[in-house]
Amino acid sequence: MDATPTDTGEALARPAGWRGVAADWSSDQRAFKNVSWGKAMMWIFLLSDTFIFSCFLISYMTVRMSTTVPWPNPSEVFALTIGGTSVPLILIAIMTFVLISSSGTMAMAVNFGYRRDRVKTAALMLMTAAFGATFVGMQAFEWTKLIHEGVRPWENPWGAAQFGAAFFMITGFHGTHVTIGVIFLLVIARKVWRGDFDQEKQGFFTSRKGRYEIVEITGLYWHFVDLVWVFIFALFYLW
Amino acid sequence: MAHAAASAEGQQHPVKLYLVVWGWLFVLSAFSYSVDYFHLQGYLRWFLILLLMALKAGLIVAFFMHMAWERLALIYAILIPPVAVLVFVGIMVFESDYTLFMRETFFRLGQG
Repeated sequence: MDATPTDTGEALARPAGWRGVAADWSSDQRAFKNVSWGKAMMWIFLLSDTFIFSCFLISYMTVRMSTTVPWPNPSEVFALTIGGTSVPLILIAIMTFVLISSSGTMAMAVNFGYRRDRVKTAALMLMTAAFGATFVGMQAFEWTKLIHEGVRPWENPWGAAQFGAAFFMITGFHGTHVTIGVIFLLVIARKVWRGDFDQEKQGFFTSRKGRYEIVEITGLYWHFVDLVWVFIFALFYLW
Repeated sequence: MAHAAASAEGQQHPVKLYLVVWGWLFVLSAFSYSVDYFHLQGYLRWFLILLLMALKAGLIVAFFMHMAWERLALIYAILIPPVAVLVFVGIMVFESDYTLFMRETFFRLGQG
């Protein structure tokens, strides 16, 4: 069901700005002109995921603003003792840098994908996956430490009981996203490495020819995971 | 796939651009961490946290996710709906203030 009948305008210059918005959305045609369905669908999925994470962060805001008990100080809760001195929030800072590094390698992977550089793309995707796995590992360490210290979704030793519920829900859901991203990256990196997109091999699931664009779509998901962490870092850990 | 040709080779940008954005993300994250490390408090802390958060999010969406080079139709389709989230935040701020007020009014009795 391709919307080709009205598609006479690809050769004509399309209007930009507000006129472009109206022209692109109107008259029963493909709305996203130079974006494939795969990329458009990933964007729309990410929009829906934005709402999910927004709901978690808004719930967190609501319980934190409405409790009469003091909120535990994240700076102290997430401090680590290194060489005898307590460094505030250090593990979270390292996790942030790990995730930003992974975003950088992912952006480079997308770039080399479009240059059809099979080996560099696969290698950079594997690096991204390794950074992601490191992040999840550090998160597991953080959870273990907090659970040993007595943090539960219904209580903790330092203050408002809602702290644990918000913490486990938000970071747990984000960690799940990172884990899924690592698996997604490994699957696509394997295909890139095998040369599926150079030979235009058909995928086992969709029976469509794969293209290097899937690297960019994977990248969109991965950058989104980093994006969500930016918000969690600011609003949960730093606030 | 009549439209495949339109996006066959996708977007090509110089590697330098990605490295510059990457560098800025590191710098901004370091600033974010410094806000906590140097124990800034009050409105200055909140302002800096939100400012650095917005800058980092903007860089990631605009350059790493290539939003800066998409057509306006896609940009609006993705970036305008989250404005509803801000409305929701506003509603819940009022709601939490009310809940807090009720708790302070009625739960203080037993606590002394």
